[in-house]
Amino acid sequence: MSQAAVSVREVTKTYRAGGPADADTVANDRIDLDVHPGEVFGLLGPNGAGKSTLVRQLVGLTRPDRGSIEILGHDVVATPSVAGHLVAYLGQDEPALLDLPVHAAVTTTARLRGESRRSAAAQATDLVDELGLTAIADRPLAKLSGGQRRLACVASALAARRPLLLLDEPTAGLDPVARREVWAAIARRRDAHGVTVVLVTHNVLEAESVLDRVAILDRGRVIACDTPGRLKAAVSDDVRLDLVWRLDPPYCDPTVASLAEKAVVTGRRWTVRLAADDARAALGRLTSGAAFASLDDFTLATPSLEDVYLALGGRDDDLERA
Amino acid sequence: MTQAETLAPPVTVAVRRRTSWWATADAVYRLALARGRIARGPLLFVATLQSVGILVLLRGVVRHPDRATGAAVVAGASILVVAFVALNLLAQRFGAMRAGRSLDYFAALPVPVSAVVMGTAASYATFTVPGALATAVVGAAMFGLPFGQLWLVVPAVVASGVALSGVGAAVGLLMPRAELATVAGQLGMTAVLFLGLIPPGHLPLALRGLRQAVPSTYAVDVLAAGLRGSATPGGVLWRVAASLAYGAVTLAIAARAFRRAVAQ
Repeated sequence: MSQAAVSVREVTKTYRAGGPADADTVANDRIDLDVHPGEVFGLLGPNGAGKSTLVRQLVGLTRPDRGSIEILGHDVVATPSVAGHLVAYLGQDEPALLDLPVHAAVTTTARLRGESRRSAAAQATDLVDELGLTAIADRPLAKLSGGQRRLACVASALAARRPLLLLDEPTAGLDPVARREVWAAIARRRDAHGVTVVLVTHNVLEAESVLDRVAILDRGRVIACDTPGRLKAAVSDDVRLDLVWRLDPPYCDPTVASLAEKAVVTGRRWTVRLAADDARAALGRLTSGAAFASLDDFTLATPSLEDVYLALGGRDDDLERA
Repeated sequence: MTQAETLAPPVTVAVRRRTSWWATADAVYRLALARGRIARGPLLFVATLQSVGILVLLRGVVRHPDRATGAAVVAGASILVVAFVALNLLAQRFGAMRAGRSLDYFAALPVPVSAVVMGTAASYATFTVPGALATAVVGAAMFGLPFGQLWLVVPAVVASGVALSGVGAAVGLLMPRAELATVAGQLGMTAVLFLGLIPPGHLPLALRGLRQAVPSTYAVDVLAAGLRGSATPGGVLWRVAASLAYGAVTLAIAARAFRRAVAQ
């Protein structure tokens, strides 16, 4: 029996083409993962990388074509319904709860997870308070802003304690304050009760801030899996130099011309990956020379998980940075 | 080293008992009731008006109806209110839930799926009772029928609601598109309309057999007997039991359809 809280072996899932003109889509391709108990584990990748498909298989909603999934000692592929007893799942949206007021939505989820009516209501009150939703507790989810609704769905997912939290982009659409509240709520459950957390994200900041370990997915495959620190250290000593131009870049400047050859240009922003010494030297020349007048902003940063993703061959660069 | 790596090897976590059928149905009933709060009034009005309209039409056409014919027509029209909701609206509702991925929420919880279907159906059925009762009262007055056993409308509504809602839910869950679910629900309601309203003695022999296969027939017969003033406890009980048996089968079919819809 696996010693991991979640053990995934050779999981493959292909969505068959709708018609003869369409190609099959391999959503997950021989995925191997182990999530340790009490760990906050992340699945990071761009849209379409296969993160949500993997999570849906973990919670028994989708059956893999091949491979095995074990959660806390139970075979989820053979008995998908067992996942509902062990996992608190938050999907990308919860349309089933939209017509309920926030407090009632959390109470309903707790009730459906087997809590008594009184216990469910008490838990809902605590959760609504914990996530700062008390002022809107009586308002239906459908009438809330996108961020408030997402926060209410997170509160609902946290109802009735479960040993494994499976959260698909829990902070999508949240403002920074609400996002930190969600991170804190997750951390409290891990620290106080040893809850294991699997969290899907395509936000680099979230991955670096809250995850113990992270698996980076690209086009259905795990291309790296380790702690964020070790992953960043392993791929490169390069640093990232971001330049934002106020005016057209002065290509006549030799430093600018040299950077232009390596830059990824997004509007007026240039992103250049360089060895640390080269980056420091280039930035020194830019800030002390005539080109400085054309610069609006600049940053020099150590590698992020986005750099890891790109260095390992990731191609769909739509990861969120903020 | 991460915090996780410092922990002792995990043990298998025991699976707790599934949430009980009644607790699930109760929670889902309240959830679905919240959804129907706004639409309930107008839909009930439409369903009742439709049935009363049919009664007015038939009363105008048949100048001197006998008691058996009147009772059959009024009973059929009253149960039609239930059919409108259980077949038509429920098929639409489950079709929309399937299309909108609302089923995932329930499928990821440790709940009996049949209780999810029944809780949703029951919330819709709740607001059919006043409509069916109003239709029966108006019909009994129009056709000169006795009011003494009119209370039988309540078991008849419950029995037909249980029998039909599994069908409505299964239709909504099995149809590949929500529009098709609506059409199928409408066709089912039309079958209940004709086979429920026309007195059995007036039907051709082939259709009498078909009438017995319609899940709501037994509830119609319970109410018709009451409107004739000839209902007996034994007759009511076996017909209600037949409806519930039908309901158990159709609920099981709906539960299978639910799991299939989620897996797709």
